[in-house]
Amino acid sequence: MKQLKRLNSPTFISFTGLIIVWQLAVISLEVAPFVLPSPLVVAKSIYNDSATGLIFPHLIVTTAEFILGFIAATVVGVALGVTIALVPPFEKYFYPLLVAFQSVPKIAVAPLFIIWFGFGMHTKVITASLVSFFPVLVNVVTGMKSVDERRLLLMRSLNATGIQTFMKLSVPSILPVFFASLEVCVMFTLIGVVVAEFLGSPQGLGSLILQRQGAVDVAGVFSALFYLSAMGVISSALLRVLAKRLIK
Amino acid sequence: MDFDVSPAGRTVLELNGVSKRYATSDGRSVDAVSTASLSVNRGEFISILGPSGCGKSTLLMMAAGLVDPTAGTVAYYDDKGVQSASADLAVVFQDALLFPWRTAIENVKLPAEIAAWNKGDSDRRAKELLALVGLAGFENKYPRELSGGMQQRAAIARSLMRNPQIILMDEPFGALDAISREQLNLAMQKISHETGASFLLVTHSITEAAFLSDKVVVMSKRPSQIVRILDIDIPKPRASTIMNSEALNRYVSELRRILDISGDPS
Repeated sequence: MKQLKRLNSPTFISFTGLIIVWQLAVISLEVAPFVLPSPLVVAKSIYNDSATGLIFPHLIVTTAEFILGFIAATVVGVALGVTIALVPPFEKYFYPLLVAFQSVPKIAVAPLFIIWFGFGMHTKVITASLVSFFPVLVNVVTGMKSVDERRLLLMRSLNATGIQTFMKLSVPSILPVFFASLEVCVMFTLIGVVVAEFLGSPQGLGSLILQRQGAVDVAGVFSALFYLSAMGVISSALLRVLAKRLIK
Repeated sequence: MDFDVSPAGRTVLELNGVSKRYATSDGRSVDAVSTASLSVNRGEFISILGPSGCGKSTLLMMAAGLVDPTAGTVAYYDDKGVQSASADLAVVFQDALLFPWRTAIENVKLPAEIAAWNKGDSDRRAKELLALVGLAGFENKYPRELSGGMQQRAAIARSLMRNPQIILMDEPFGALDAISREQLNLAMQKISHETGASFLLVTHSITEAAFLSDKVVVMSKRPSQIVRILDIDIPKPRASTIMNSEALNRYVSELRRILDISGDPS
């Protein structure tokens, strides 16, 4: 019964619709497979990548970079955000600097990181986290600043210490915006990881895309994109489950 | 060390000529409260009445130590009548200010958590207090599942958690409907009787002030000063029927008269 409901869901219907239209368009317009392969060909490529195990080394490398980049971005974003929100001089002197730095497209800085840090995995992690920590930071700062003044007054009237106010009031107050920012962070981290891999990497889904582009294996590129998207979708879903448990 | 002993050792809170001056955005300054003096005795219920914007809340916040007076002093006295730097007090605000991520009982336990009480004690006391304010059975409801009146009851229970000597209330029933308000007035009287704490209540309602209080403090409009402190000599506890009694009405009329001459009563 539940399964049946799933099949009726609007998302499922529009996805199926898209795939059908895609398949029909490719057949009726006689599009060459090296321009746009049909969904069936793509599906075969996705299946083969898993069945032959070819995708796994790449998937593991990219996943590792992605997870490390995401954790680094979250830690840096939260630490800087809380400091900026709680220590006024930081906000005055440091925040404008960060905002200015933020206006530099960090993807464009990635080649520099290759010079500084080399081609190793850490370069990808650094690039990815630099791309993605800012949304976390901004949301933590805004969240901390929009904690209800009257509730802060209540905590003062109860003689709560700074740490108690932070743990019992600020943290629960900012959880909803914090989790929203983590979802943005997931997507930015993925972008960062892939771009860093484009710039030079023997392994990873990003480098696999480049290899397949060279071989004009368009279905193969689609397959790599599928695995990348799956990483994003699964991470977002995990975050939502976690948010649901933590936010009351 | 010199101890400042309060007169007769009964005073718990004393405001000595406190004033609060605020700077406005156009660079001028406004006196929210000017030279107000008031002493609150143990177990006394005092209401503060006055026109809107007359600085009643500011006066209360100064009494709570949450706003610093620009002139004058606020003094607290312990059981032995010895002046102490901090007071054993609780504040009830205009809004319940419950934390939406906590259940009713978890909200009530917040003051105990901050004071690091053991869990058993705080559980027991929180349950008692929720029953006292008429919320037995609602312990595990979230604030969004409670009506405005019930939320304010929970906030009152929270304020009583650490058994404070002084309870300061800033128009706590202002947003409630007439029926909830009357119920809470009766509940407040019961609480004041049972806890023996001193109450300072800011209110807009003349009847509420007269019904609940031993003394009603009337403030004028800006620059706000205390124009009169009226004793309400009706024996306590007062039944709800007192609300329409001749005796209470006399005080209500008297308060109306004082408010009229002290400024715009609206």
